[in-house]
Amino acid sequence: MSSVDRGAGATVAGVGQAGRRRAWPGRGRGGEREHYTAKEIGLALLLLAPSIVVFCAFFYRPFLNLLYWGTLESRRGGAFFEDVGMRQYREQLTSDDFREGVWHSLQFVLYTVPAGLVLGVLLAVAAHRRLAGIKVFQTIFSSTLASSTAVTSVIFLFLLNPVVGVFQVNWFNERDMAMFAVALPSIWQNLGLSFIIVLAGLQAIPDEVVEAATLDGYGPLRRLLRITLPLISPVLLFLLVVLVIFGFQAFAQIDILTKGAPAGATETLVFKINRLTRPDNIGIGAVYSVGLFVITFVVTALQFLILERRVHYVN
Amino acid sequence: MVRSAQVVRVLRAGGGGSPVASVTFEDVTKRFGDVVAVDRLDLAVDDGEFMVLLGPSGCGKTTALRMVAGLEGISDGTLRIGDEVVNTVDPARRDVSMVFQSYALYPHMTVERNIDSPLRVRRYHADGPDKPARKLSKVERDERVAEAARVLDLEPYLKRKPAALSGGQRQRVALARAFVGRPKAFLMDEPLSNLDAKLRAQTRTELVELHERVATTVIYVTHDQVEAITMATRVAIMSTGHLQQVGTPQEVYETPANLFVAQFIGTPPMNTLPGTFTTEGGAPAIVTGESRFPVPKGLTTRLEEGQPVVVGARPEHLEVSAEGSIVHKVRAVEWLGHECLVLGTVGENPVTVRQVGMSPSEAESTIRLSVDPADVHLFDPDTTDRLP
Repeated sequence: MSSVDRGAGATVAGVGQAGRRRAWPGRGRGGEREHYTAKEIGLALLLLAPSIVVFCAFFYRPFLNLLYWGTLESRRGGAFFEDVGMRQYREQLTSDDFREGVWHSLQFVLYTVPAGLVLGVLLAVAAHRRLAGIKVFQTIFSSTLASSTAVTSVIFLFLLNPVVGVFQVNWFNERDMAMFAVALPSIWQNLGLSFIIVLAGLQAIPDEVVEAATLDGYGPLRRLLRITLPLISPVLLFLLVVLVIFGFQAFAQIDILTKGAPAGATETLVFKINRLTRPDNIGIGAVYSVGLFVITFVVTALQFLILERRVHYVN
Repeated sequence: MVRSAQVVRVLRAGGGGSPVASVTFEDVTKRFGDVVAVDRLDLAVDDGEFMVLLGPSGCGKTTALRMVAGLEGISDGTLRIGDEVVNTVDPARRDVSMVFQSYALYPHMTVERNIDSPLRVRRYHADGPDKPARKLSKVERDERVAEAARVLDLEPYLKRKPAALSGGQRQRVALARAFVGRPKAFLMDEPLSNLDAKLRAQTRTELVELHERVATTVIYVTHDQVEAITMATRVAIMSTGHLQQVGTPQEVYETPANLFVAQFIGTPPMNTLPGTFTTEGGAPAIVTGESRFPVPKGLTTRLEEGQPVVVGARPEHLEVSAEGSIVHKVRAVEWLGHECLVLGTVGENPVTVRQVGMSPSEAESTIRLSVDPADVHLFDPDTTDRLP
């Protein structure tokens, strides 16, 4: 699973810089230079070498291995492997089990991401004001960021316990409610991150712009929708991408809360991949991992391609 | 740059906007915790007046302006726009507009949308002051935006974002956005301070022309006395939250109400020296060290022998003359092209003399100065107020 994590992380960084890279090739300061000398290229490669080595050793090579394992089918419980080419990819990526995993991951993302964004914005807007003691609330609101997934999960396990819980519901064992119940601790935990990032975005908006809007006649709601949100749109895009990736990668909370139950209702793609790491099914696990990588990559790339046009970078 | 002749139509077009209004501070105080930012301010800004609030940083001028806008609450006193008390009126309902120091344009909107912005959200008395206020139609808005853009030479930039404009262009967008709604009063908070010197001088002239034609009430905050003197109908000089003097630029220059105003207005500032009044040894005079300053007519009878005063004289009123009664030790001569500043001391006190052209004086020499009694200012050393 770890190589999948890294894959998704690298995707974000790569796509994030894609826009800037256009201005770069072949031009030095002021655009007067067209070519780099051999010496400069050599120096550049030398300086890049450490990261190239690290990336090759810990990302590119394991990833190529993963791609290769996807072509290996396990025989006799993993006693030996047979190279079946793309057949295993075709079969597994169109299987009901894989589709179910994708659907469950999507469900988890749909529960956690919009809620995380909306609640983060609301909380940050509420806490972005000059009041005595507001720092106390800002600290409280951001504190969920510091809690671990395990602790958060256990808290919610007891909050939602049908016998001793504050809310005596049996959601973790109900097919329709289980995914929502599993998403709750993630929403809660993401809130700290959303809050901090949105608050930082709000604090970067010049007071005078908000005051100008007030004098122009914008009421609080219109100010939020027409001025504040557009001005923090880069921050919101970043948050959206991060939350989506978090959502696709969620594992610990599911393992702690339901272990995929009831009847596989909370088996997300990552959870399924975790099951597929034994010698008798590692080839399938590799195919699933590549599938998750492609999905995360495509979703992230789409977010940038579609939404970046609507994002206003001020500087 | 600003085609002023057209401004009239845009800004005062019949049936368009609100009537111009006066702004009156009555005993207005603003406290931030224990700090008094504005202390019992009494100031009446007349209809159509260009009032400049002038003072050093932290004197309370911006706070006063922000109270008019409604961006700061009022701790005590009464603030009126026209006849209406606006102490607790919502900023958007005060019918004033403001140009901020940073221009405060909306960076995500085009120039067109920036100018259009107040028109989109506010209601206007577009059918005359007696009819109810309403939202403007798209046609009316487009008309106003187009005209404001034409007047302020912004037509080529309407589709651009503010980031793609120069400082001067942004400033004009901010002006357009302020003017397009035809408010009762324009508030300006150091709008020229981010422009380079040449553009600033040019914009100064344009703002004056603009104001002369629209005759709308303007309250303009600056710490730059040149802006104040060149643009204002009247200047209100503030210091540490207190109003020091209100008057035309000429009044505050020629008859400063106290030592602060005397030294704040004028570059270089007025020379001020401690001295005592005497009638001995010839004509009545203020003696400081071995130097004697003549006393303005009408004041001689009101001063007592030996009374301590602060005597003031502007650098351009001091003349080098062999018979002068003021002894000036020259320390340096600064040549500025069209004039010279002769820097030195009278007794222990620094005194600067302004001379047209090239000064014959040399550093380390001693010269004698004379001054017309009418150009001598006297101040009370305790209260720092002008002696009448």
